Amino acid sequence: MVARFLRRNWAYLVFLGGVGVTGCLVQNAYYFQVLTFIGINTLLALGLNLLMGYAGQISLGHAAFYGIGAYTTAVLTTTWGLSPGLALPCALAIAALVALVVGLPTLKLSGYYLGMGTLGFGMIVHILLREWTEVTGGASGFIGIPPLQFGPIAFTDPRAYFYLVWATVLLSFILSHRLIRSRVGRALRSIHDSEHAARAVGVDTQRLKLQVFIFSAILAALGGFFYAHLINFISPDSFNFLVSVRMVTMVVIGGMASVWGALLGACLLTLLPEWLHAFSDFEMLVYGLILMLVMILLPQGLTRGLLDAYERSRKNPS
Amino acid sequence: MSATTSIRKRLLPVMALVVVGLMAFCPAPQAAENLKIGGVFSVTGPTSFLGDPEKKSMEMVVDAINSAGGIDGRMLEAVIYDTEGDPQRAVNAVSKLINRDGVIAIIGPSLTPTTLAVKNLALNAKVPLISCAAGIQITEPVTPWVFKTAQSDVLAVATVYGHIQRSGLKKIGLLSVANAFGESGKQQLEQQAPAFGLEVVAAEKFGAKDSDMTAQLTKIRKAAPDAVICWGTNPGPAVVAKNFGQLGLEMPLYQSHGVASPKFIELAGSAAEGILLPTGKILVAGLLPADDLQKPVLEAYIQQFESRYQMPVSGFGGYAYDAMQLLAKALAGTDGDPEKVRANLEQITGHVGVSGVFNFSPSEHNGLGADAFVMVRIKDGKWELIQD
Amino acid sequence: MQELLQYLFSGITNGAIYAVIAVGFALLFNATELINFAHGEFVMLGALGMVTLYNGLGLPLAAAFLLTTLGVSAVGFLFERFAIRTVKRPDAIVLVIITVGASIFLRGVAMLGWGKDAHSVAPFSDHPPLSIAGANLLPQSLWILTIVLGAVLGLHLFFTRSLTGKAMLASAISRRAAWLVGIPTGRMVQLAFVLSAAMGAVAGVIIAPITMCSYDMGTLLGLKGFCAAMLGGLGSLWGGVLGGFLLGVLEALGVGFLSSSLKDAIAFVLLLLILYIRPAGLLGARKVQRF
Repeated sequence: MVARFLRRNWAYLVFLGGVGVTGCLVQNAYYFQVLTFIGINTLLALGLNLLMGYAGQISLGHAAFYGIGAYTTAVLTTTWGLSPGLALPCALAIAALVALVVGLPTLKLSGYYLGMGTLGFGMIVHILLREWTEVTGGASGFIGIPPLQFGPIAFTDPRAYFYLVWATVLLSFILSHRLIRSRVGRALRSIHDSEHAARAVGVDTQRLKLQVFIFSAILAALGGFFYAHLINFISPDSFNFLVSVRMVTMVVIGGMASVWGALLGACLLTLLPEWLHAFSDFEMLVYGLILMLVMILLPQGLTRGLLDAYERSRKNPS
Repeated sequence: MSATTSIRKRLLPVMALVVVGLMAFCPAPQAAENLKIGGVFSVTGPTSFLGDPEKKSMEMVVDAINSAGGIDGRMLEAVIYDTEGDPQRAVNAVSKLINRDGVIAIIGPSLTPTTLAVKNLALNAKVPLISCAAGIQITEPVTPWVFKTAQSDVLAVATVYGHIQRSGLKKIGLLSVANAFGESGKQQLEQQAPAFGLEVVAAEKFGAKDSDMTAQLTKIRKAAPDAVICWGTNPGPAVVAKNFGQLGLEMPLYQSHGVASPKFIELAGSAAEGILLPTGKILVAGLLPADDLQKPVLEAYIQQFESRYQMPVSGFGGYAYDAMQLLAKALAGTDGDPEKVRANLEQITGHVGVSGVFNFSPSEHNGLGADAFVMVRIKDGKWELIQD
Repeated sequence: MQELLQYLFSGITNGAIYAVIAVGFALLFNATELINFAHGEFVMLGALGMVTLYNGLGLPLAAAFLLTTLGVSAVGFLFERFAIRTVKRPDAIVLVIITVGASIFLRGVAMLGWGKDAHSVAPFSDHPPLSIAGANLLPQSLWILTIVLGAVLGLHLFFTRSLTGKAMLASAISRRAAWLVGIPTGRMVQLAFVLSAAMGAVAGVIIAPITMCSYDMGTLLGLKGFCAAMLGGLGSLWGGVLGGFLLGVLEALGVGFLSSSLKDAIAFVLLLLILYIRPAGLLGARKVQRF
């Protein structure tokens, strides 16, 4: 029984162990901060990964949900004085609701038209965040978001925040994996392969796509919630079109249709700018070059690329 | 299928471990003899016109102090990171400066949103931070560890309105850029208008990257204002200036201190003629009367900067220049103790800088008065000081 | 009335620019089913090319125009050769991310080459604005309209009259069938990249005098052009033109009669509505109507 549990779930256990060990070993608040950002970005990439990799639907406006999550909790906790514990479900619910309303007509589109539709939605949300000054604080941003506190437990320490975010990442991984393995997951993959065939065998494709869209919106809003309480300040430009594109890039670079791909993509795109600092004015050039090279050489993303390399090294041990 | 699955099973945990662990084991920095000062500026990205001269000015002052023997015999070392104007990158950079590089004080960031994003980090870590951004929210309410050297919008707006009032104009049309700078300006412009007996009859916005503002100006023209005020940073206001001329509008056009650099005249060309704007005294250093307190400081800064970088100065680099000079003053005799540096900063009064005369106190962390701005007019492609 | 006319002038000028950018998207989409997110950077290169050749070196207008367009086309050619053709598994999404990478790369190159500051370019001709019923029309607007319409008409003739154009159209409709009848389809894809980049360059060249040129000007223009292309129907030449003018005029009217702060939001809401009602754009009947 125990052995079976271990065998089935040891990837998660090792992951859990890795997070735990890292949390103990790292002493520097800066590294905790970067790791926490990676965790938040993983949440963003994960939802989108499911949407793109399994349901085969692209979204170029996902930063909107990230922003909705962040701004909802900001307004509720700061302006209305709610506790973050209450604000969290509200933020997720609002993101889900918006995803439902937007997804219903938008997901009927396909291919680039879907991309354009979601892009337009993302732009509109960004402009609303910028112009609805009385509520959002406008372009100057929203100041004074309180640090995270659930009942008596405060997460002001960078280490505590790191654990919280990564525990959430782990939970989302497990949830996503379950989703993929379930009947829903199989149906999803059938949409990706051929939507017509899926519909012919009785899969309600529209409903499924919508469900995944909502799930990914909730994950993005969760990321936004953590971001807002980590920095205690948000401004509309953290949720603009370029952020949406960065999310898509994370998914594709990491490898679509793989929860681990979300992790790898988020890692690479969060760390790359930190590493490229030394290039100063050449940074942008090098960054673009790396993006292109990764895609040219590993078109299926890092996860698949690493697996292939591993397989090859096992076949011809030198 | 099964082969891949088993490989996947074996490899994934390893990958997970590698990824999570990768970051943790970078070598910790060596404790150095030098006094480390951090800098965070938007050196690249859309607001590089602020960050780039700021970075250059800071490096210039640090070199000058070092070649003069450092502070109390210790050399300064500047660690400067680029934010690209992005709050998240600013947060990372400041955290890196505080936690990894162990700086004693930080100069920057260049923008109001990036400064507000890092404010709490500086407060919690108890590191003095001297921002180069204009937003009034940075130092009001005053927090013990955050200072700023850029003039607030409040002063710029008051200077412009003072001039409009003296010219006997009543109705004004506003055109502001849709970002933090424009928004904060617009807020001040609308708030202060009644105090100067002015009425805002039209308020329009334009996108920072828009290529044509004719439609907005047409709409403003319809409201028939006596003067138009454009509040933005290059290059948008230069397009506004061109469109303004092309539409044949006759009323005076005011711009903000956000375009106060020779670049604006270059961009707007002949359309810049007659435009009025508030600016720090740096643009008109040569025209100042000889008894002006700031004149020698300004001339020294301009001479140093232009001979070192072979490019014209703007007032923006001056924010970092002042911040670094103030910090150097405060650093003396503290042996790098942040609390003492902070306390010293609060004691500084009568410091003559590029942006004005600084008078800090525990309740005033910007320290500039209304005399920090002058009004200038562009005439024959040159700045002309307006005295009245 | 006077205002309405002025809004229309402004909208049509901007619309013409969006149109020529949209045509660039459409050209490439036809041949490759690819949306090039670096297209806005070709526009930027076109504008900065004029900064150097026309303003800096003082070449005559026609020469600067031609050289800039050729130069940017060469960049398009190199981009196809080294970044697109080398991809092992050309999935649409992989190619899109490559173009995103390319756009960042080109922006980085332009920043090093032309600096971080904006530049301005002198207008093509030095006439004062024309006054028509109280509204002012810039000579540069007339230049823009003429050049855009000329370019689109030229493309139309190219696709309907010339053998190469017909071959390109054929390989766009069915690459396999075209290849079977002996059309070098690879060459056609290359040509599509070159033509598309040239269209981007033209947009950059004509917009240079009315706005400020900097290394990061391309992103927004590319996005607007993409919108215009979708609005008209992807892959349709005249659809792109229609979409461009529509977007430009709607934006200007949005500023004039609603709110300038919500200008872009108005454009996008309309775009969404059109997409919901006609999911393939105004003129895009998906597969039938190519040109």
